[in-house]
Amino acid sequence: MTMSTDIAVRVSEAETIAQDVKRFRFVTLDGSPLPEFSGGAHTVVTMHDGDRVRRNPYSLMGSPSDGSSYQISVLRTVDSRGGSAFMHDKVKTGSELMISRPVNLFPVDRRGRKHLLIAGGIGITPFMSMMLQLTREERPFELHYANRTAGRAAYVSHLQSAYGHRVHTYFDDKQQMLPLARLLDGQPLGTHLYVCGPSGMIDWVLKSAREAGWPDENVHSERFQAPPSGKPFTVTLARSKKTIEVAEYQSVLEAVEAAGVDAPYLCRGGACGQCETAVLSCEGTLKHNDHYLPDDEKASGKKIMICVSRIDGTNVVLDL
Amino acid sequence: MGLMFKNETYRGDFTFSNSPEAIRRFPFPFHEDKYMYTVNIEPHVPGPKGSAYEFPIDIDEHYLSDMADRALVLRDDPLRCQGLPHMITAEWDLVELLMTSMARDYPEHFSLTREGDNWHWINRPMGIDQKFIFGDIATLPYRPMEYITRQCQGDFNLLDQRDGDLWMDAGIVTSQADWSLDFDVGMSFKEWHAPVPMAHEIGVFDRALKFLLNMQQGRPVRRLNWTMTINPRLDTAPETYHKWGTDRATVTPENVGNKVHLRVELQGLWRLPRSNAIVFSIRAYLIKMDELVTVPKWGRRLHRVLKSLPDPIADYKGLTRYRPTTIEWLSKYDDGAPTSPGVWPE
Repeated sequence: MTMSTDIAVRVSEAETIAQDVKRFRFVTLDGSPLPEFSGGAHTVVTMHDGDRVRRNPYSLMGSPSDGSSYQISVLRTVDSRGGSAFMHDKVKTGSELMISRPVNLFPVDRRGRKHLLIAGGIGITPFMSMMLQLTREERPFELHYANRTAGRAAYVSHLQSAYGHRVHTYFDDKQQMLPLARLLDGQPLGTHLYVCGPSGMIDWVLKSAREAGWPDENVHSERFQAPPSGKPFTVTLARSKKTIEVAEYQSVLEAVEAAGVDAPYLCRGGACGQCETAVLSCEGTLKHNDHYLPDDEKASGKKIMICVSRIDGTNVVLDL
Repeated sequence: MGLMFKNETYRGDFTFSNSPEAIRRFPFPFHEDKYMYTVNIEPHVPGPKGSAYEFPIDIDEHYLSDMADRALVLRDDPLRCQGLPHMITAEWDLVELLMTSMARDYPEHFSLTREGDNWHWINRPMGIDQKFIFGDIATLPYRPMEYITRQCQGDFNLLDQRDGDLWMDAGIVTSQADWSLDFDVGMSFKEWHAPVPMAHEIGVFDRALKFLLNMQQGRPVRRLNWTMTINPRLDTAPETYHKWGTDRATVTPENVGNKVHLRVELQGLWRLPRSNAIVFSIRAYLIKMDELVTVPKWGRRLHRVLKSLPDPIADYKGLTRYRPTTIEWLSKYDDGAPTSPGVWPE
């Protein structure tokens, strides 16, 4: 959806802070303050790459109460569909971008008596603002931060100087293993657990927490899921009366937007449910990649989350 | 703007009434000659000048009387205002939303000066001049939500969002249509809507909840709800049912015009920035039948809406006892002429 509430910003800093990780600072073009937000929120950055429009969600890293600028960190992904490569290669100090207002799909549960944060790699970013908020609100927390190597680990020295003994780091190349079983055992009653990182790590933490008897309400996760690629196919938009191509490295949502049709979205990662779309017919099989639809609705073949899911087949007719 | 604040009562001698201007700006809720539950949510964007939708927070001629009635309700029953401890950030968010809206849209009555966290609030109609530190509860005479809502028309609920649901974890409710914050506090969205008939079955609450969970900052929405109230009473709470329930038995063909009121709730919803909570405002507007029929279209239409209203909805809204008398009275104002689409007077 072309959001009328999007904000025009200029990049005031762009800095490499770890291997393949760049930090960007945004300020508004007109100098007006940016909206305050809550820890764990993200913004969707709109990039104009020639005649292609890309939109990627990135966690806001700065202080939630500081409206003078926003900060994000971008990992250049190996199988980049173009968004992270564009941010790394084309976006410089002085570049202008459009960003959405903050959206929070990974908030702190303020009832928690303690907050146990588990980050893997670039999954540190939502915790940066979360920890600032937790500190300001004087709530107990500890961070456990795993990385493949020290060179790839962003913000480690900053975190250690800011939060001291509350920060614990683990490096794969030093055979340091995040002691998950021990962490899950013996936490005070009322502790909330938050995990963000690679999909496999999130699955491991969620499964272990459930097996250790943690209530689902106390366990929170956020995935950075890029839309998976796949074979091209066509989409017929029944209401707009258009048939469009979805390319190998394109999501249905991106193809719809490129065709000039507004579709609702928030997370662009298959989590929030905003882009749920009715499937009218499908020549092929729906490939559900989201974490939103329950299994029975996935099996029904009547709904698709167009930000991440696609089809294995020739054509799908959507109620758009 | 020439807002003249009236001095009137919502209890005892019931001196509340609407000026001709207030009648014209009444948020009449029926866009057609019948009524059914829908997800009637629309963007809360500025409406026509002078209408109840002109500004996000509507202040009208009843402002001081509303605030005096709220003070009386809270004096008798402090539990009408409750906030669970984890909602304190949302309370401050509400202070910001209400103070900035009121000061921006009614500058002759309210002003707000902010220097960092040092805030200075002036409410001229109520004679209040308050300096305080935003975020420091020790610097206000009440908790933040109670402080500002003692100065703003309408009930307010703060909904925490977690576990894919909304939770009514704070609020101030003194001008309600027979529901209780003390009963509902801590409930989930479907729990507090459980008593509503028919709407669950048609999926209204599934769709509304999904919509609300994805509400975004800077994009508030609104909807209208309605019921009827005997005598212009703002506080019709379960806790005080013994004081007002019997009013329903006092309606006669002779007194319908003065006693029976259409009660419209302008409900607003905003995503709050610091807390990620949602504020749900419920502003009640009352209009007696004598006043309503001065707009011929509204008289005709309300007659038809009441006649065709499904019984379960009439029962839920508490209209059953006096509905026939009111329909009979309104029939004098319905000549059978067609009504134009939309809510506005012809």
